[in-house]
Amino acid sequence: MKPASFDYHAPRQLKEAAELLASLPNAKILAGGQSLVPMMNFRYVIVDHLVDLGHVDDLRGLAVIDGRLRIGAMMRQRDLELSPEIARHCPLLAEALRHVGHRQTRNRGTIGGSLAHADPAAELPAICAAYDAVVHLASIRGIRAVPFREFSSGFMATTLAPDEMIAAIELPIWRPGHGHGFHEFARRQGDFALAGAAALLDVGTGNVVRRTALALFGVAEQPVRVDVAEAALTGKVIDSAAIQTAAAAAWLIEPISDIHAGGEYRRHLAQVLSARALVEAARRAGVDV
Amino acid sequence: MAKQATRITVNGKPHARVVEARLTLADFLRHELGLTGTHLGCEHGVCGACTVLVDGRSARSCLMFAVQAGGCEVTTVEGLTPEHGLSVLQQAFMDNHGLQCGFCTPGMLITLTELLRDNPDPTEQDVREALTGNLCRCTGYAGVVKAALDAAQRLRNGSGA
Amino acid sequence: MGAKHFGARVKRLEDPALLAGCGRFVDDVKLPGLLHACFVRSPHAHAMVRDIDGRAAIVMPGVHAVLTADDLPDPMRRTPIPMLTPNPAIAVARTQTVLARDEVNYVGQPIAVVIADSRYIAEDAAAAVIVNYDVLDAVADCRAAIKDGAARAHSDLSSNVIARFPLAYGDIDAAFASAAHVFEEVIWQHRGGGMALETRAVLASHDPVSDVLTVWSGTQTPHLGRGMLADLLNRDIETVRMIAPDVGGGFGPKAIFYPEEAVIPAVALKLGRAVKWIEDRREHFLCATQERDQYWSMAIAVDAGGRILGLRGRMLHDSGAFVPWGIIMPYIAAVTVPGPYVVPAYRLETIVVLTNKVPTTPVRGAGRPQAVFAMERLLDRVARELQLDRAEVRRRNFIQPEQMPYAVGLLFRDGKPLVYDSGDYPKGQQAALTLARYEGFRGRQRAALDQGRLIGIGLGNYVEGTGLGPFEGVTVRVLPSGKVAVATGATNQGQGIRTTLSQIVAEQVGCRIDDIVMTIGDTGAIAQGVGAFASRQAVNAGCSAQIAGQAVRTQIIALAARTLGVNESDIDLEDGQAIAAAGNKPTIPFGDLARLAQGSPGVSLPVGQAAGLEHTAYYTPSQAAYCSGTHVAEVEVDHMTGGVKVLNYTVAHDSGRVINPLIVDGQVQGGVAHGIGNALLEWMQYDDNAQPLTTTFADYLLPMATDVPTCAIAHVETVNPLNPLGVKGAGEGGTIPAPAAIIAAIEDALSPFNVHFAETPLTPERIVAALRAAGAYERLFAA
Repeated sequence: MKPASFDYHAPRQLKEAAELLASLPNAKILAGGQSLVPMMNFRYVIVDHLVDLGHVDDLRGLAVIDGRLRIGAMMRQRDLELSPEIARHCPLLAEALRHVGHRQTRNRGTIGGSLAHADPAAELPAICAAYDAVVHLASIRGIRAVPFREFSSGFMATTLAPDEMIAAIELPIWRPGHGHGFHEFARRQGDFALAGAAALLDVGTGNVVRRTALALFGVAEQPVRVDVAEAALTGKVIDSAAIQTAAAAAWLIEPISDIHAGGEYRRHLAQVLSARALVEAARRAGVDV
Repeated sequence: MAKQATRITVNGKPHARVVEARLTLADFLRHELGLTGTHLGCEHGVCGACTVLVDGRSARSCLMFAVQAGGCEVTTVEGLTPEHGLSVLQQAFMDNHGLQCGFCTPGMLITLTELLRDNPDPTEQDVREALTGNLCRCTGYAGVVKAALDAAQRLRNGSGA
Repeated sequence: MGAKHFGARVKRLEDPALLAGCGRFVDDVKLPGLLHACFVRSPHAHAMVRDIDGRAAIVMPGVHAVLTADDLPDPMRRTPIPMLTPNPAIAVARTQTVLARDEVNYVGQPIAVVIADSRYIAEDAAAAVIVNYDVLDAVADCRAAIKDGAARAHSDLSSNVIARFPLAYGDIDAAFASAAHVFEEVIWQHRGGGMALETRAVLASHDPVSDVLTVWSGTQTPHLGRGMLADLLNRDIETVRMIAPDVGGGFGPKAIFYPEEAVIPAVALKLGRAVKWIEDRREHFLCATQERDQYWSMAIAVDAGGRILGLRGRMLHDSGAFVPWGIIMPYIAAVTVPGPYVVPAYRLETIVVLTNKVPTTPVRGAGRPQAVFAMERLLDRVARELQLDRAEVRRRNFIQPEQMPYAVGLLFRDGKPLVYDSGDYPKGQQAALTLARYEGFRGRQRAALDQGRLIGIGLGNYVEGTGLGPFEGVTVRVLPSGKVAVATGATNQGQGIRTTLSQIVAEQVGCRIDDIVMTIGDTGAIAQGVGAFASRQAVNAGCSAQIAGQAVRTQIIALAARTLGVNESDIDLEDGQAIAAAGNKPTIPFGDLARLAQGSPGVSLPVGQAAGLEHTAYYTPSQAAYCSGTHVAEVEVDHMTGGVKVLNYTVAHDSGRVINPLIVDGQVQGGVAHGIGNALLEWMQYDDNAQPLTTTFADYLLPMATDVPTCAIAHVETVNPLNPLGVKGAGEGGTIPAPAAIIAAIEDALSPFNVHFAETPLTPERIVAALRAAGAYERLFAA
């Protein structure tokens, strides 16, 4: 299973990378390679040019700016896993990272690569959906900021233009004391999830929910925010009955079906895991459910 | 497509070569450098038989290109082996029946080298989780886990034997 | 003399090289001027091949040849691969030609081969070969294949039924007529594969000076392969040498002879160059043989106390597109059903069917896991219906040790009556139950339920015929250097045969293990051989090593006694020295004795002395050696997700006398991993057009380190009375009853919901579907 021939480019600057992407025919970005290279080895993907972003310093970096966590697209998942800033400010992301593949894939895989690949069962796109992340896309035309809801467009599809690359991702930071919950179900450790739920809860006095986000992955063609569940919880007292009712709304999602799991089963998992994630988030927010 | 130059340090020794861009790091190690200890079991990044250290971190060499690894320091199973005898980890594998056919073993050794370096006192669960990126079809993992815990203890005790 | 090496946990001789990355697998072998191969394979499950156009491929830089069936020499050009296991029950013994000519019958079947400077270029060129097909209807499921009007797996065969055989003994009708209870079950197991970490590999090189064609192959059976290749090339076997070097796992699929093992040597001959083919994983998923597609409908008749009166039913076996190993596997499955139990009457009709999938041949367990699964599900059903403990039902039905040797009433696949030579099944089961703390489990289960956790326990028993013939030879020869050379037709894919045979030879000959120089799996080193399958090498090669070692020991002692002028009874052998126990204890090293044994040119040898110190033994077993065992599995089930975790696993294992406990335990543990895979994860799926759907390790799930607990193992040794070592085989017992024990444990964990399963792999989705149908979720969500 050897890949077809291609030319390899290793730009050092973002500008150079953008120019290469704009000018080279049938070119693809090499980020971590953990998703792209298997497809190249199978010859499912045949490229004439590979633009390796591994040496573009502009695409690395992690900083908290104005209540947002800004992460360079080429940050390796392993570095994010070890980041104290992420653990402190975005604990949902920290927890999700531990479920992403295996150590070897996290050592090379990047957050930008995961978002661009847009596997519906991937954890990182779902976390971005939960946080209402903003994705910064770079090309020769400059940088544009796209809310994640608009960035994710379908089954393994994004609104990236053919000559665009993800430069950075910004996650708005939730109030200290918020709760987060993460539950996924996979056949084996590190496998893509058959279904997963990521929850954020900001609970105020009297256990009233000020704000919540519930994102599902693995269930539908792309990560999905369960708006109905969020609406059912926001502004109300959170308890186990409220969680069960909210989790039941996950049944409304249109599921995918494949050899790994059928649609009915994914819907069922969506409900079960939504409930578990919400319970966990509530407990972490200090509510005894 | 034109060949390209790359320079990779492998087991401490620099190697400059001109290769096709599509030559994987695994094939570079095995056939350009003759280091056949790194094995190919799937070429799609699941089995872990091809695991090497790249700049000190475990990576699937079937999912990297030699040109991509230019400027990197790569360690293979040959680089884990002392000039005489076996390393503490290798000896622990032998003492605990941690291998049968030996095909997955180099990848296991690399992954466990990284684990024990970062976590010198792992639990059994830590070891098992660390090994999920390395498939074995012969041992049922018990001997590998025992070997890892045994090696961890020996290394903590500072004993070379 | 107490045993020094036999029975000891000797560390493996194979390990240091493998640990240092110095193993020598086929792809590690370097030859000058080596060319590389890539096969063009059918993308269709069933099609006529109209034409093959390699013109675009041949002109690509670095491409040396594009070859089809017509470019191959006779007879392999037209003659199908010989079938080594004929049986009169087989209607049409259909095997494939090494390259398809007119018709292809499974996705992946090889049609042409491209030879180039590198595998990379060969793949480029293979993609440029244009093949025109007339696509035909394919049949994917054996249940569909037996129906009237089904698509035909082969266009010239009017029926997909390739064999049909009944097996019966006793008065089955009377048994069912008189029974207090009759229970019926439909049981099925899905396809899976051995999935060794190393894929198949063939390297061939012809020496024009000696006219020897040398082939390195990742095979379990180099002697059989050499014979097949010689037949297909019409060459003397003396001009073909096949070597199985280090092989990265076998498990059965590498025991058969594949088309590529014929084509690559033929190409090497034709081009006058060394040629190598390393299978990639996708090819392996398509073309390496698989196993386990079987559908059983069974009925069990029991008396009021749960004692078996009779068993009857039907089994449908999917052979895939060809029958390279005849009906060995369904036959083994059919005769394995009675197991360790007294079954007074038995009738099974087996139907073997062709489909357009890759052929099925033995994979670890070789049909026995399916049979044991069927039997153990039936016994669990009896227990449930009669409200008896599952272990108690089995106890009431065991063949007792005093009934050994026990004639089951059937013929085994070795051609002999199925007679269990030895075994103590009640003792084995009790050992497993004690080690698993079965008695206290209900208490543990209740405590877990109080914490909201569902745990369950299940057990399974098996009897396995191992150590099959015809033979496996060993030559032992003392060298002038003092080292002891050993050659054997036995092969190594991880089972440590070098170590176990060294233990035996060292024990007999009185040398150090480190002084043994062994050649394994090389047809050039020993004239006749068979290879590894059916857990046969410890018995066959082990006994040959024993016999040859003993013979050489006798020669050494006689020569040493003569040389030192003492009685033979005064000679001890230790660490490569012959020591006289008399006087000032003179010694003579083996090397000196070996030189003496050569005699002197022109001088006759003394009367009674043979030339050299050597002996070749081909031990031939009179029948199979019967292992047995009991597995106890403890699982936890998340009834909301259907997720299953194996918490504890206990094995009581009787493989007769144990040569190296380290290695036997390793085989059991490794076998259990395959069993867990079969039970919960491994499913080779095809669509209705027989297109394979699970062709990567992301889709076909192998157990990981987090899926397989470390087994607790109890050894029960009932010595095999039929061979000099008292040993039995140990390679497959870990797999055979595992699916039965695990599925039973899942049912037990879910007993509050009263759901039942009789299929593997049992997926979380299936568990949730069954729970849903049983009303488990009604009060949970307002769905």
